[in-house]
Amino acid sequence: MASGTPPQTVGPYFGAALPYPGGGDLAPAGHPEAVTLHGYVLDGDGAPVPEALLEFWQPAPDGSRAGAPGSLRRDGVTFTGFARVATRGDGHYALRTLPPGGVPYLAVCLHVRGLQRHLFTRAYLASPADDPLLAAVPEERRGTLLAVPEPGGHRAYRFDVRLRGPGETVFLTV
Amino acid sequence: MTPLDALPPPPPYQGIPQRRPQQPPLSLLCDPDAVELTGPVFGPADVDPGDADLTRRHPGEPIGERITVAGRVTDRRGRPVRGQLVELWQANAAGRYAHPDDRHPAPLDPNFTGAGRCLTDGEGRYRFVTIRPGAYPLDGRSAVWRPAHLHFSLFGTAFAQRLVTQMYFPGDPLLAHDSIARAVPEPAALDRLIGAYDPALNVPGHALGYRWDVVLDGPAATWTEGSR
Repeated sequence: MASGTPPQTVGPYFGAALPYPGGGDLAPAGHPEAVTLHGYVLDGDGAPVPEALLEFWQPAPDGSRAGAPGSLRRDGVTFTGFARVATRGDGHYALRTLPPGGVPYLAVCLHVRGLQRHLFTRAYLASPADDPLLAAVPEERRGTLLAVPEPGGHRAYRFDVRLRGPGETVFLTV
Repeated sequence: MTPLDALPPPPPYQGIPQRRPQQPPLSLLCDPDAVELTGPVFGPADVDPGDADLTRRHPGEPIGERITVAGRVTDRRGRPVRGQLVELWQANAAGRYAHPDDRHPAPLDPNFTGAGRCLTDGEGRYRFVTIRPGAYPLDGRSAVWRPAHLHFSLFGTAFAQRLVTQMYFPGDPLLAHDSIARAVPEPAALDRLIGAYDPALNVPGHALGYRWDVVLDGPAATWTEGSR
């Protein structure tokens, strides 16, 4: 069994290489079922993290987890299952996607300058009682994984990531 | 004068403390149906063949030593990771990034942007042609310089195999003094981040060759067995 290649920090200058046009537009253009997931990445002081990159991976609405190529060059039609979006100067990100099929969550990989390795978490759009991962999270921290529907019926959800301190998001490992 | 080699090595990189989680991560093993066991796919729609040659992205020749960097991407069992995206970004030969936030007073190269991508082939192989990057100071006032390095982003067959890392060059005296390179789980792991000069990868009269293989970790092999 070979040893894995260790991770290294993403550094400050990935912004010239990793983000791409349409990276947060996972939903096909004009799709009536599209939802918006948005929020802030915050540090232990509650300060916004302007240089973060969030990657999302999720099943298609029909539950398929096969994905589709075309994530880096959106054609406006294909649902690929993968999205990549950077935070702006105020730490805010926004993703337009379709609700995942079969599971109530989106898988999230978070790259942040100043961390030795990336972080995994999940953004749940609903909170079923029989979800095995949610059931394994202490009740007082479960809310950190739940995206909150925004008032007003705009099909928008708020999902903040707190890297440290009170309300620290539950992060995942394999 | 103290010889540099006599200096104690720096402590491993701790990053920015206020961004570092304090709670232990929760294992995904509690969820055998985890979406993270699968991963995104990429294809010819995402990448042009020319994206892998960083020396051909502008009309003129970039300054510096042309190199090829190639290797295989496998999982821990040695199985090739096929058709997956490998992204590369780096400083130019003078140690400066083509990024608006990089204020290092080294020249920008109008013929070098320093970003490329490719897909692994059926054997898990990738190959880039680029310029050997220069060293640069860790921050504007620092006497500490980062060794020459290439940033790599890789995908595997599972989202949980995601890897962002850096490749270093063999024999670089700055490596022993680099806190970021030393922030690996154990000293031996640093060897896995150092490419090897490989004359077989030279392009005669044009570029020097370096081989660097990547092993994508996790999910645990026993866990993924039969899961897809």
